[in-house]
Amino acid sequence: MSSAVAPTPGSRAQPRAVWGGSPLRLLLWAVPLVFLAVFFFYPLGAIFRLVIVSFWREGLDPSVVGAITRPLGFTVYQAALSTLFTMLVGLPAAYLFGRFQFPGKGLLRVLTTLPFILPTVVVAASFNALLGPRGWLNLLLVEGLGLTAPPIQILNSLPAIVLAHVFYNTTIVIRTVGSAWEQLDPRLEQAARVLGAAGWRVLAEVTLPLLRPAILSALTLVFLFDFTSFGVILLLGGPRYATLEVEIYIQAMSMLNLPLAGLLSAVQMACTLLLTVISSRLAGESFLPLAPRLRGEGLRRPESLTERAMVWGMVTLLGLLLVSPLAALALRSVTRFEANRGQRGAVEQGFTLDYYRELFVNRRQSIFYVPPIAAARNSILYAGATVGLSVGLGFLAAQSLARRSRVNRVFDALIMLPLGASAVTLGLGFIIVFNRPPLDVRSFPFLIPIAHSLVALPFVVRVLHPALVSIPQSLRQAAAVLGASPWQVWREVDLPIVARAALVGAIFSFTISLGEFGATAFLARPEFPTLPVAIFRFLSQPGALNYGQALAMATLLLVVCAVNIFLLERVRLNGAE
Amino acid sequence: MVTRWIPIVLIVVLLAGCAGAGGSPTPTAALAVPEATAAPTATPEQAGPPAGEGATLTVMTHDSFAASEEVIARFEQENNVTLKFLPSGDTGSAVNRAILSAESPLADVFYGVDNTFLSRALEAGIFEPYASPALEAIPDAFKLDQQARVVPVDYGDVCINYDKAYFAEKNLAVPQSLEDLTQPEYNGLLVVENPATSSPGLAFLLATIAHFGEDGYLDYWRSLRENGVVVVNDWETAYYTNFSGSSGQGPQPMVVSYGSSPAAEVYFAETPPAEAPTASIIGPDTCFRQIEFAGILKGTQNRALAEKFIDFLLSKSFQEDMPLQMFVFPVLPEAELPEVYQQHVQVPEKPATLDYETIAQKREEWIKAWDEAVLR
Repeated sequence: MSSAVAPTPGSRAQPRAVWGGSPLRLLLWAVPLVFLAVFFFYPLGAIFRLVIVSFWREGLDPSVVGAITRPLGFTVYQAALSTLFTMLVGLPAAYLFGRFQFPGKGLLRVLTTLPFILPTVVVAASFNALLGPRGWLNLLLVEGLGLTAPPIQILNSLPAIVLAHVFYNTTIVIRTVGSAWEQLDPRLEQAARVLGAAGWRVLAEVTLPLLRPAILSALTLVFLFDFTSFGVILLLGGPRYATLEVEIYIQAMSMLNLPLAGLLSAVQMACTLLLTVISSRLAGESFLPLAPRLRGEGLRRPESLTERAMVWGMVTLLGLLLVSPLAALALRSVTRFEANRGQRGAVEQGFTLDYYRELFVNRRQSIFYVPPIAAARNSILYAGATVGLSVGLGFLAAQSLARRSRVNRVFDALIMLPLGASAVTLGLGFIIVFNRPPLDVRSFPFLIPIAHSLVALPFVVRVLHPALVSIPQSLRQAAAVLGASPWQVWREVDLPIVARAALVGAIFSFTISLGEFGATAFLARPEFPTLPVAIFRFLSQPGALNYGQALAMATLLLVVCAVNIFLLERVRLNGAE
Repeated sequence: MVTRWIPIVLIVVLLAGCAGAGGSPTPTAALAVPEATAAPTATPEQAGPPAGEGATLTVMTHDSFAASEEVIARFEQENNVTLKFLPSGDTGSAVNRAILSAESPLADVFYGVDNTFLSRALEAGIFEPYASPALEAIPDAFKLDQQARVVPVDYGDVCINYDKAYFAEKNLAVPQSLEDLTQPEYNGLLVVENPATSSPGLAFLLATIAHFGEDGYLDYWRSLRENGVVVVNDWETAYYTNFSGSSGQGPQPMVVSYGSSPAAEVYFAETPPAEAPTASIIGPDTCFRQIEFAGILKGTQNRALAEKFIDFLLSKSFQEDMPLQMFVFPVLPEAELPEVYQQHVQVPEKPATLDYETIAQKREEWIKAWDEAVLR
């Protein structure tokens, strides 16, 4: 913090105050902005320039309007529906993690994060293993109830899309809202209760208003993720459904109609911008500086019968929704299905480690063979670099955003934009502009973590920002009065309070990178194949071994991610406890 | 002022260090660049002895490209060159990428444009003609471009695969033609891919257009729709989720896949069976022939080496390597097929084809019409 006293949060600062008159504050602002300008706006601008030139030359076909509105309507509809259900599951789950202590909590928290990293192809496979026509649940029901046809037919439908989105994104709500809930001062709720407020009234009038910034952050992130959904729609929704992102992919890659693809991605970004502005307006009025409490202070064991029922009911629900598909996947990777013998219905099943053993063998002497250890290491290194880059930049951005002003509101929206940018469009943009040294898609190793960071940065900023603005100015002033240097104030006051939020941001960055979000497909480098790349290679050819190895590799991805999240959560940042 | 940045750097190092600590035993430096520690990976460059001072030749391909270490290493050695491969997504993505980067090409050679995308690539003028002497041994039927801007390298048939056990168990005759598929006994038994998102899906659509003509194919698809044809977006879902003959054990016993898939099912089985669990339907026009091409990208600085690489793609050693690496057929007649192909692959006598220029002109129109007829 600069020594000049910052304006109280919520007040409109004059433009001069934004810069704080200090070159350092400008730097805070400038570094993330330059990053975005070079790696986001420049490549995207190149694509939009192509699009504009083409429309200028050939004019706009009136059929374009229909080509935009049809996918747009469905995109908004399914995103709203998915977000609704994600919040319905996520908010009680956040309450569970924010207020209760129960056995297996740490494990459950790690497990609920894992869906986030899985490639959609693998999720589709594990949903199929669980819910498909010959999935375990259907087989069980058919045999148990003596039915003739599988009772559950959910694949390729809107419910499948919503279910998959809940599966993927609930963790966003758990992490962002849950960690805010955990830090909430429990004395406020206690005071309300002492004053005679009923439980629901405390929730509605004390707890939820205090959590509003975090809930809005989660809501925005979940909605944007659903809004730009691609793989889920394509693989689980089936060909009858198309979001903007799917339509962009089809137009760019199959129809080779780049102008229309560009136009669609401009529409998608405009929607993102609009949404971000609305959400930041809504959040802007509700920041209440509040000293966060010691970690774990508000946590307790469930006591009354209702509480216990609520806790274990919620744990069961999360287990069913988020963990069982993962378990099905892991189980399938060690199950031998003698599909080749042709005994339909009564498949001979057995335990096997063949798929894992086979991972270590380069059977065909292929030049593209990936040893699993190397793939895991590459994935981790890319993810580590992404964490470093996005948390570093996110800190700078969130720190400068902590002061509300008009300029900052624009800056805030700009940072969120990469979440709404089409991965296809951005990837093509990278190809156009980064084709000569030193920034060359063929040889610059940092382009992959940079692409991942573009997606991770909005997450980091979204979780850091509410934490930073919740720090009461009085704390900093008190520290300054007592003779602390600005650096000491930051270290002793700001850092301990935001450390947990930074951790949440780091975990998101890590999982985003491990799951290969965004434009990576265009930047893939065969020398450094990652786990998802290896999974795709196996799945692209027929054969039981390929299928088994893909699932084994996916299970490996889960394990690698779980171990790393587990370790990350154990990092005790300077003064965090 | 410098001290302000210490905590950030600290966090970065801590987190990255922690990230590196799990799962993998090797990395020691916390913020190591992948290159620093990735040495033991099997990379193309390390496939053979170091190429010394030789040049680097970059080859842009689709993601399905694969080859044996040994074959690639021999080329590198003989020509004192390092080969660098640039997988760039599926065929459409790769072609797009080559076209978009035409002004300063990312590679010297492009491999993997097929007859459904060829016209588009040729119109964009991304290739330099090269009449390779190796072309003489290749049958004329494969040489679609008279100016030799691209050379044919491999071909494959997109065919309907069926689950042998299903048809045997139900005592059901295997359909022999496209028309058969509309019969009521095959109701709900076929899964196809969306031609807008999948290359085999497009190939199958083209087969029906070749067979029924532009006036008839939509009626055919309407009757397929009435007969419960299942459409999914990608080959992976169709084959692994919907098809009953694969490991996914889905509900449909017929799938649009490749003529070589039965051989792959044997080759990649846990315990190789004597007989393939699946087979292709190879009636007239039930399969569509895809031919893949390679060409020298305009603006290359390595023209001489690029020519050698094109010759190499047509050489016997590479042509014989392809079938088990990419599950495609060699265009060179003298290249011998591996045993698993000889035993388990059926080659259609009369695969469907369409003129590649017509495909380029009409593809968007055809796909849109198909979408209206089948999905809406």
